[in-house]
Amino acid sequence: MTLKTYREAIIEAMILEMKRDEKVFVIGEDISGGRGCEDFDGEAAGGPMGLTQGLWDEFGAKRVIDTPISETAIMGAAAGAALSGLRPIAELMFSDFFGVCFDQIYNQAAKFRFMYGDQGATPLVIRTMIGAGIGCGPQHSQSPYSIFANIPGLKVVTPSNPYDAKGLLISSIRDNDPVIFCEHKALLGIEGEVPDESYEVPLGKGKILKEGDDISIVAIGQMVGVVQNCIKSLEEKGISAEIIDPRSLSPFDDEMVYDSVEKTGRLLVLDESNPVCSFGSWITSMVSEEVFSSLKAPTKVLTPPHCPVPAAPNLEAAYLPDMDTIINASENLKNYS
Amino acid sequence: MQLSKDKLIDAYTRMKKIRIFEETMRDEFAKGTVPAFIHLYIGQEAIASGICVELNDDDTIASTHRGHGHCLAKNSNLERMTMEIFCRADGLCEGKGGSMHIADLSVGMLGANAIVGANAPIAVGAALRQRVMGENLVSAAFIGDGASNQGAVFEAMNLASVLKLPVLFVFENNGYAEFTGVDYHCGGGDIAGRAEGFGMPSYKLDGSDFFSVQEAAAEAVQRARKGDGPSAIECYAKRWYGHFEGDPQHYRTKKELESIRKNNDPLIIFRQKVEEAGLIESSELDLIDDDLLSQVTNAVEKAKNSPLPNVKELTTNVYEKGSY
Repeated sequence: MTLKTYREAIIEAMILEMKRDEKVFVIGEDISGGRGCEDFDGEAAGGPMGLTQGLWDEFGAKRVIDTPISETAIMGAAAGAALSGLRPIAELMFSDFFGVCFDQIYNQAAKFRFMYGDQGATPLVIRTMIGAGIGCGPQHSQSPYSIFANIPGLKVVTPSNPYDAKGLLISSIRDNDPVIFCEHKALLGIEGEVPDESYEVPLGKGKILKEGDDISIVAIGQMVGVVQNCIKSLEEKGISAEIIDPRSLSPFDDEMVYDSVEKTGRLLVLDESNPVCSFGSWITSMVSEEVFSSLKAPTKVLTPPHCPVPAAPNLEAAYLPDMDTIINASENLKNYS
Repeated sequence: MQLSKDKLIDAYTRMKKIRIFEETMRDEFAKGTVPAFIHLYIGQEAIASGICVELNDDDTIASTHRGHGHCLAKNSNLERMTMEIFCRADGLCEGKGGSMHIADLSVGMLGANAIVGANAPIAVGAALRQRVMGENLVSAAFIGDGASNQGAVFEAMNLASVLKLPVLFVFENNGYAEFTGVDYHCGGGDIAGRAEGFGMPSYKLDGSDFFSVQEAAAEAVQRARKGDGPSAIECYAKRWYGHFEGDPQHYRTKKELESIRKNNDPLIIFRQKVEEAGLIESSELDLIDDDLLSQVTNAVEKAKNSPLPNVKELTTNVYEKGSY
C-alpha cells in the first residue's frame, strides 16, 4: 500500500488494464503532443492535466491514439470500435464538451445494445473531467452527471478519492456497457492509500464513510471531501451524521440510502450539479416514495444555484455549497419539528 | 469487365433482391401492414451492391435510415431482417429497432442509423481494429448527399485521414436531402472534392452503373487493406420514390420521375451490359428473379404471421443482463 494521487491512480488503472487486455486502447486529444514526430525527442504530453502521462511510452501510438480536436469523431469512433469488439477508453477532456458530441454518446453508444437486440456489447469508457473550484469559468467547470444519469444505457461513476478512482476505473473498463467516468478536476492532486495491484470497486455499490444516527448525508464527488471536513463541527453540535459516498450514480445503490434513512430519519444530499432535475433531487424523490414513513424531517438537497459556474474566485467560492451551509442545513434537519 | 460469372450472378442477385424487397415493402406499406416509417432504396441498388460485393463478412458497413439495401447487399438474414421491419420478436433486433435501426453484426452490418451522418464516425471506429489489433479489414460508411453536410462526416473524414484508417466514405448523391435538392443544399456542389480536401483519393461516378461502383470499390478496398488509408466514392444516383413512403414529392416534376425510371434503372443497365457481352443469358437472370420473388414473398408472409415482442421485454437489454 502506497500513497498515490487521484491522477496516479487513474493512470495506474489504465496501464494495468492495457497490459491485461490487448483490446483496451486510449483515444483522445493531446495525449502524444509531438511524440512520434520526426525531430522531437521530448516526452509525450499526456493531456493537459497529465491524466495519460506515461501511456504513450509504454504502449505506443497504436494503442494510445492522439486525435484532432474532434469530439464527435472521438466519441463516434470509440462507439464504433466498441461495437466491433475493441474496448476503448475515450477521453472527453472537459465534460463541458459533451455539447459537441452528445449524439454519439446518447443516441449511439447508449442505445446499441437495446436497439440492436443485444447482438453485441458496447464496452466503452468515456473518461471526462467535471467540477468547479479551480477558476476555469463557465465552459470548463460544469458537472453534468445528472444529464448523463438520465440516459438509459449509460452508466455513470463519480469517484471521490484515489482508491475508488483506480478500482472504479478498472471495473468500468471491464464492464460491457458504456460508462461515463467523471474525474473531478479539483481532486486530481489529492493523495490516498492505493494498492499497487489490480482490484475492482464494483459499479453500483456505495460506501458508508462514517456511521451515524441522526442524519444521512449523501455526498457526490468533490462534496465528499467537503462533508468529511464538517464531521467534527457536526459532532460538537451534537449531530451524529452517517456519511454515504454512492460512488456510482447509475447504477445507484438505492438500498444503502434507504437503509440509512430508515435508521436516521433524515436525509441531506450534497450535489454539485445544477439544481433543476439534479441527481440529488432524484435521490430525495426515491427516498420519499420508498421510505416516507421513516422520515422525521423533509428531505434536503444542497446544490449550487441555478446559474453557470463563474470565473471570479469569490463568486466561484460562493457558487459551491460550503461547510457553513452544510452544517446549517444539518442543524435545521436535526431540529425540525 | 473482368468479373467471373459467379461474381456477376452474385452482384445481380444482390441488386435484384433489393429491388423486389423494396417493391414488396412499398405494397405492404400502402396496405398499412408496416408499423413504422420506411425509406426505400430503389434506384440506388448498384451502389450498395457494388461496394458490398468487394467486402468480406469481417468487413463492416455503417448504414443510414435508407438502410434496407445496405442490409441486403451485406447479406443480412432476409427473414430476420423482414421481421425487424415488421417489429417482430424474432427480428434481428428483437423488434426494438425497426426499419431505421436494423443491424446484423454477424455479417458486419453495424446498423442502420436514424441520425443523419452519425454513422460516419462509427465506421471509422470499426476501422480502428486495423490499427489496434492489426486485423486486415475494411469499414465502409454510406452517406447521403444530405448527410454530407453534417459536421460528424467532416470530423470522421479528417480523423480517418489523420490516422490512415481503412475506411470507404461512400457518398450516395441521390439529388435530395429529404425534400431539398442538392443544388440548393450543397455549398460548392462537389462532395467528392470536399473529401479530396481531407487528403484522400476520391471518385465521382454513375451510381446507376454497378460496374463503375464495383471498379472504384475494388481499388479503394485494396488501398485500405494495404494500410494506405481512406477513400471517398461519390455515386450519382436517382431516388425513385419519396424521402419516406407517403411523401407526395411536390418538389419533383413528373418529367423527372418518368425520365429516371427510363434512363437510370440499375437493373436494366446491368442486364444490358452482361447480355450484350454474352456473359449471362437473359433466361438465367429470369430464373433468379423468380427465386428472389418467392424468397421475399415467403419472408414477408412469415414476418406478418410471427408475434410482436412480449411486453415483458420492454425494459430488457438496456444494460448487460445482471449488471444493473
